[in-house]
Amino acid sequence: MLDWLGPEEWAAVALSLRVAFWAVAASLPLGIFTAYALARWSFPGKQLLNGIVHLPLILPPVVTGYMLLLTFGVKGPVGGLLNEIGIVFAFRWTGAALAAGVMAFPLMVRAIRLSIEAVDVKLEQAGATLGASPLWVFLTVTLPMTLPGIVAGAILAFAKAMGEFGATITFVSNIPGQTRTIPSAIYAFLQVPGGESSALKLVLVSVTVAMAALLISEILARRVADRVGGK
Amino acid sequence: MLSVDLHHAFSGFTLDAQFEAPPGLTVLFGASGSGKTTVINAVAGLLMPDRGRIAVGDWMLLDTGRGVRLKPHRRRLGYIFQEARLFPHLSVKQNLKYGAWFAPKDAPREDMGRVVELLGIGPLLERRPGALSGGEKQRVAIGRALLSAPRLILADEPLSALDETRKAEILPYFERLRDEVDLPILYVSHSASEVARLATTVVVMEDGKVVRQGAAAEILGDPDVLPMGAREAGAVLTVTVKTHHADGLTELDAGGEPLFLPQIAQGPGHRVRVRIAAHDVILSRSRPEGLSALNILSGVVHQVHRGEGAVIVAIDTGAGRVLARITLRSAQALELATGVAVHAIVKTVSVASSDIGAVGG
Repeated sequence: MLDWLGPEEWAAVALSLRVAFWAVAASLPLGIFTAYALARWSFPGKQLLNGIVHLPLILPPVVTGYMLLLTFGVKGPVGGLLNEIGIVFAFRWTGAALAAGVMAFPLMVRAIRLSIEAVDVKLEQAGATLGASPLWVFLTVTLPMTLPGIVAGAILAFAKAMGEFGATITFVSNIPGQTRTIPSAIYAFLQVPGGESSALKLVLVSVTVAMAALLISEILARRVADRVGGK
Repeated sequence: MLSVDLHHAFSGFTLDAQFEAPPGLTVLFGASGSGKTTVINAVAGLLMPDRGRIAVGDWMLLDTGRGVRLKPHRRRLGYIFQEARLFPHLSVKQNLKYGAWFAPKDAPREDMGRVVELLGIGPLLERRPGALSGGEKQRVAIGRALLSAPRLILADEPLSALDETRKAEILPYFERLRDEVDLPILYVSHSASEVARLATTVVVMEDGKVVRQGAAAEILGDPDVLPMGAREAGAVLTVTVKTHHADGLTELDAGGEPLFLPQIAQGPGHRVRVRIAAHDVILSRSRPEGLSALNILSGVVHQVHRGEGAVIVAIDTGAGRVLARITLRSAQALELATGVAVHAIVKTVSVASSDIGAVGG
């Protein structure tokens, strides 16, 4: 089974899994916070925030990647600062994770926001009258009831991160072992004669991961409804 | 003692309510849209009024003049909502313990076992709210509110989402709450029979204002105060159970006069409140004879109140104040006026068991 994929292909799969995992793990807290803010608070600039969150979904990925390069590149305003404390994104796997995280963020926030909106505000009020502060209400009422939605959002984001190509290749290029994720590897294999069989294998891996993620997130989404319904 | 003074303007509606709720159960009584729920939500802190002052004893919940506006979670209230609002992801037991966890450690608290016993929810503890009936949910909600170590209990029409059978199931628990738990209770209702059974004090609201407040018997026996209209009028008598007869009737002592009702649950010696609906009372100038009705209370007309279509007559009898709803024609034919001696006839079977409640103390 292990020799079904060559070392080059394995490297791409392993890197993709690592990139996708960190992309989701690092953006999840911010995703939950953003989803909560969009679902529950009203503040000036809410529509603007909503727009920015969804921007990667509608912009050409190359544009997002280029903007990341401008911002987080070694000479960029944020990237330059981070460079001084030893955090480098450009042309590293961390940059691939950042690009994947940004591209997957809208999907994650959308799923979590929907499940927060499904929680009845009246239950949160009941929690408050029983002595729970807003933070405790969030931790003991809102969060547990949204948990399946959060997991669904995370899985969806994971699948999206696994397949991210345009922004990644623009931002961190296509360096074997460093930034060559599955899609970049497929692209690279297709550029050389005789690479089709390797590309096909990776296509198979991609399809399997995507289908599994979609299935699991569907099941979890249904459980949100049941949970909120008190079953 | 709860004291409330609120001013709040919505678009098209102004709330301007002042009242005091002494110990016991105070019913905020009025038609829908009269502002009852607004008042109770302001007491809970779920609504911040423009101006106002709310205090439980010397515990200040709100004093806009001095900038005191406690957040709901700092008010130490047990709020029983219309829909139970149990947490669906927690078991009944976890729901019950939820409030206690946030209460100050030194707060005087109810014993979990006693509350579970009081409400009869022992067999439900391990279940999820989704698997409970409406009545069971509401009992758990009462327990959850009680166990949060509150200084005040709030209830917003807690029975209105239940059918008649479930209402009859829950009402006794509120009577026990009133009689056995030493906390002021503010209870919103638009049901005259709930008021009759539960209220120690009644605060009548109309168009965002408090129009009357006083003891339950006094308010319900006043023909000028009919927030639900003349059809719902009915006075409350406090009577003592004397004997249960073999033919299914219970004989009660109403201020020296005998009163016969269909068999009631309480044993001899117990005091009960009986609501006599005004439309179930017939008036006669002379003492009637050969009548199937068993209860004839003689008294004197206190007041004749002309409403639209009907007349409400208040009669002071030996048993207490009774209201009768009769037609204008009958009132004229009997020449009813203040001071006239009459006999009030109450048909025994017309007193529903839901109109009979326990009296504490």
